[in-house]
Amino acid sequence: MKRILLSLLITVSLLTAFACQPGGSGVGDKVRVGVFMSLTGSTANFGISSVNGIKMAADEVNTAGGINGKQVELLVQDDRSDASEAATIVTKFVTQDQVHAILGEVASSRSIAAAPIAQNAKIPMLTPSSTNPEVTMKGDFIFRSCFIDPVQGAAIAQFAARTLGAKRAAIMVDRKNDYSTGLEKVINEVFTRMGGQIVATQSFQEGDQDFNAQLTSLKGSSPEVIFVPGYYNDVGLIAKQARDRGITVPLIGGDGWDSAQLYAIGGSALNGSYFTNHYSPYDTDPKVQKFVNDYKGRYNTVPDALAATAYDAAHIMFDAIKRANSLDGTAIRNALAATNGFPGVTGAVTFNENRDAVKPIVMIEIKDGGTYAVRERVQVDGAAMPMASSSASPAASTSVSPTAASTPAAATPAAGVKASPSPTRSATP
Amino acid sequence: MLMPRYLRNLIIALVVIGVLYGLDFVFQGRMMNPYFSRILMLSGIAITLAVSLNLINGFTGQFSIGHAGFMAVGAYSSAYFSVSYGASLAETLGGGTLGWAVALGAATLIGAVAAGLAGLVVGVPSLRLKGDYLAIVTLGFGQIIVVFLNNIEAVGGARGYSGIPIVKSFFWIFLIAIVTIVVVYNIVNSAFGRALISIREDELAAEAMGVNTTRYKVMAFVISSAMAGAGGVLLAHFDGYLNPKSFEFIKSFEILIMIILGGLGSIVGSILGAILLTVLPEALRGFAQYRMVIYSLLLIILMITRPQGLLGKTEAFKGWRARRRAKTRTETEEITAEDTRDQESVEKATLGERQSETSLGEEKPR
Amino acid sequence: MSTFLQQLINGVSLGAIYSLIALGYTMVYGVLKLINFAHGDVYMVGAFMGYYLANGLGVRGAQALGMSADGLLARGLLGSGAMEPSLITALAVMLLAMAICAALGVIIERFAYRPVRKYSRLTALITAIGVSLLLENGGQVVFGADPKFFPELFKKRNIELFGGASINSADIIVLVIALALMIGLQLVVFRTKTGRAMRAVSFNLQSAKLMGINTDRIIAFTFALGSALAAAAGVLVAIRIPRIDPLMGILVGLKAFVAAVLGGIGNIPGAMLGGLLIGVTETMVVGYLSPTYKDAVAFAILILILLFRPSGLLGSVSQEKV
Repeated sequence: MKRILLSLLITVSLLTAFACQPGGSGVGDKVRVGVFMSLTGSTANFGISSVNGIKMAADEVNTAGGINGKQVELLVQDDRSDASEAATIVTKFVTQDQVHAILGEVASSRSIAAAPIAQNAKIPMLTPSSTNPEVTMKGDFIFRSCFIDPVQGAAIAQFAARTLGAKRAAIMVDRKNDYSTGLEKVINEVFTRMGGQIVATQSFQEGDQDFNAQLTSLKGSSPEVIFVPGYYNDVGLIAKQARDRGITVPLIGGDGWDSAQLYAIGGSALNGSYFTNHYSPYDTDPKVQKFVNDYKGRYNTVPDALAATAYDAAHIMFDAIKRANSLDGTAIRNALAATNGFPGVTGAVTFNENRDAVKPIVMIEIKDGGTYAVRERVQVDGAAMPMASSSASPAASTSVSPTAASTPAAATPAAGVKASPSPTRSATP
Repeated sequence: MLMPRYLRNLIIALVVIGVLYGLDFVFQGRMMNPYFSRILMLSGIAITLAVSLNLINGFTGQFSIGHAGFMAVGAYSSAYFSVSYGASLAETLGGGTLGWAVALGAATLIGAVAAGLAGLVVGVPSLRLKGDYLAIVTLGFGQIIVVFLNNIEAVGGARGYSGIPIVKSFFWIFLIAIVTIVVVYNIVNSAFGRALISIREDELAAEAMGVNTTRYKVMAFVISSAMAGAGGVLLAHFDGYLNPKSFEFIKSFEILIMIILGGLGSIVGSILGAILLTVLPEALRGFAQYRMVIYSLLLIILMITRPQGLLGKTEAFKGWRARRRAKTRTETEEITAEDTRDQESVEKATLGERQSETSLGEEKPR
Repeated sequence: MSTFLQQLINGVSLGAIYSLIALGYTMVYGVLKLINFAHGDVYMVGAFMGYYLANGLGVRGAQALGMSADGLLARGLLGSGAMEPSLITALAVMLLAMAICAALGVIIERFAYRPVRKYSRLTALITAIGVSLLLENGGQVVFGADPKFFPELFKKRNIELFGGASINSADIIVLVIALALMIGLQLVVFRTKTGRAMRAVSFNLQSAKLMGINTDRIIAFTFALGSALAAAAGVLVAIRIPRIDPLMGILVGLKAFVAAVLGGIGNIPGAMLGGLLIGVTETMVVGYLSPTYKDAVAFAILILILLFRPSGLLGSVSQEKV
């Protein structure tokens, strides 16, 4: 009995301790920005890169005197790569911490779980790198400062079909990864529509180490290119093992490839492969070079695309707060929506009516020694491609416990990939 | 205090429902900080999961580490139901509170039954075996479930399943939690429960005494899985979004550490463990990165110093029951009864500890 | 036909990895009847030790040559000529990693497993899970969560075989070392005094103690040996598949455990056989059915084997158990 009482006592004291946490101390003269990212767990490396970029942006603003004279205070929280945890953190942000704006997450799944909470609280949330179209459909306070999967997928498929003139392609998809399966769907669709043929689809799971069985099967169907919409840590191994199996055709992927470590693992096996990206760290643009050098000086590594997009996202948010000249959520939201041609390191950013960024895609060719050559720049009209119906079901509210259901903005069925001859059907705005 | 048993139970049930319903209004009416109420409700879900896992791990002594898998089955099946039929069912019933209550009840039932069936499929082959194999099989099952969920397009695959009706209902969550507690409590204090405990203490002896061990183990496993499924149902409707990643091994482990911390074989312990492990990380947000390191260290240290958990097998209810019994027995001898009760409980506690010591300290067979 | 042959080769080289890890699993289980969940994670630590050792050697060599660490990172440390990659380097790195992990194994045994040995097997199992999680999460904190890329310790070659199939030289080395370790282990257990003591402990701890065997020392030795084997596996696998991360041991470890059960847990040649069988089955499922359910294969095999032949393929004679 004593033990029970003791445990109860501990629990109660903990509960009180935690209930009495300094909530609502947001009265101060600071701009409070909540950042939720995965600092541990399966996608920790992406979250860490993103937080690095955001911290750098915040320090830049603060040393320059802050936003309208107010210093930026970042509240960085780790969601352990878990969706429910992300929702808890954002709840804490909007109630306990009373943040004025939210930045996060890398993974779409976590952004989707957290977005309705930010939406309900009318606090603007900007995700730097969640590419699933569904994220910004959660409401009009949710923004995204990168391109979306359908656009990127279309660019990849178009590049293979038009620029490389490939007719037969194979796909290696990561079934465990929403990013990868999302891209695969679009690539398959667009490539087929452009007269190509997907001759084989093989799958793997993130963290797999041995791809020989899949690659041996792929080789049998003699593709001209292999799409590998995955993350760099798998791609490097796939490239290496593909060359070992005597597969010499180029591999093509998306922004998940971008990392200083891609070449460290894949090495020369990656020469002549392509991927779409937000920017190239080898870009000669002084703005990009300044960012790359500052980042290197600070973290001693070449910034990957996640660091760059997060850095841009933070600056876009700070810029909006500055223009809003107020810390009111709706005011910031409106200023954010009015962002026009913001000069980020990943290109000029404008939000379209779905609050998705309209900005250029860079198609990068990997050269010997791991440097990048920009092969093509594709200007993208961000609007969503017609995606599977699953995406647009509004959250039903119940009378047992009413929650404000958000009406998702209608997805405009238009994929505009304005590059060389437009690959898709007529509909361009 | 002379009242038929069923009447008394009915009154208690009604009072509990009434109180929960009242509290529900408090929470819905935003009288409470949403963050605080969110943590409270997550604790409620954790209680359901922990208490149900304790039935198989703590009381039956079978080591299952695939609880998240059963949760996932319950969560996804009920979410699929809610998305496809739930809303229309509620509409046909008038769309009001009643309609939604029925729809949610149906979803809960479906989730529990689906998880129970999964438990049957896993349990029948693996529970016939003795030893540590169940641990590996349940672990494997958890992995396989995640693999399957990633590949079922109807529930979103790896993209996750969104658009599930959101029901952040204090009432619903704690009703399920209380039902779980009552069910486990009643099982443990029945002939069935004693059979389970006999299996935990000595499977061979239990078999020799005529206990059909496989059957009992499978039954306990199925019930435990079904309740985990109900916990999954709550989780599915809590954020309205599911992702296979949420049901990986780490989730099973979190539930496991809740019951080990509280004490294998103690319902109160599981409840405390569930609350502690939901609240503690919030209080210690700054250490989020080290959370899992701390958990695993805690687990090892606990196993070395106190393998029976904080509470061991002690139950708060037990003392309460004993007091009640003492009271009804002789009103006049209240003082002495109280005294003996105290002694009794002390004795019981030490005895329990001694028992647990011997049972846990038994030498390895072979 | 050539595709089939290639798949078979792929399967065997994957299976060799499982075998290598399963050897340590089966030995510890044979002696202690404890599923050492942490074995897969010691394997991970072994790979990381190899990584740091190789880089330590490489970086020092590079500085001597006046190269910047930055340039090295881009090119692969040992591949850039800082230190001549050779089988000798690989062997040195492997042996050092083995020694470190043997010490780690002894520490784990001393501070985590020995105190709970007097309790039930369940307590020991939970402790093992705790140690496993500690290594995984501690690894994420200490080594960093991002994957690291293992330097090429020796030049890998692709060897063309008849019928268009090919095999990587690293695969052959993994297979040969696994075989050598299997034979070596078999000799240690059946031909040495310590091995006899191990068998006695396995047979009955109490009686062994009465016979004057220092059981604590024998058990510690078993852990040292098992952990050294795991480290060897870690370095070898990292040479073959050069990406290492703190969570790399989980799934591979589980599959290796299944391999040990398939072969007959406690049986050393059985672990080898089980590993190869699982590797080939997995590869065939990926190649001819669907890659999706690859990870389910091992567990399906486990359930089947437990139902129909719980003692495993080679585990029928119990006296043969270590």
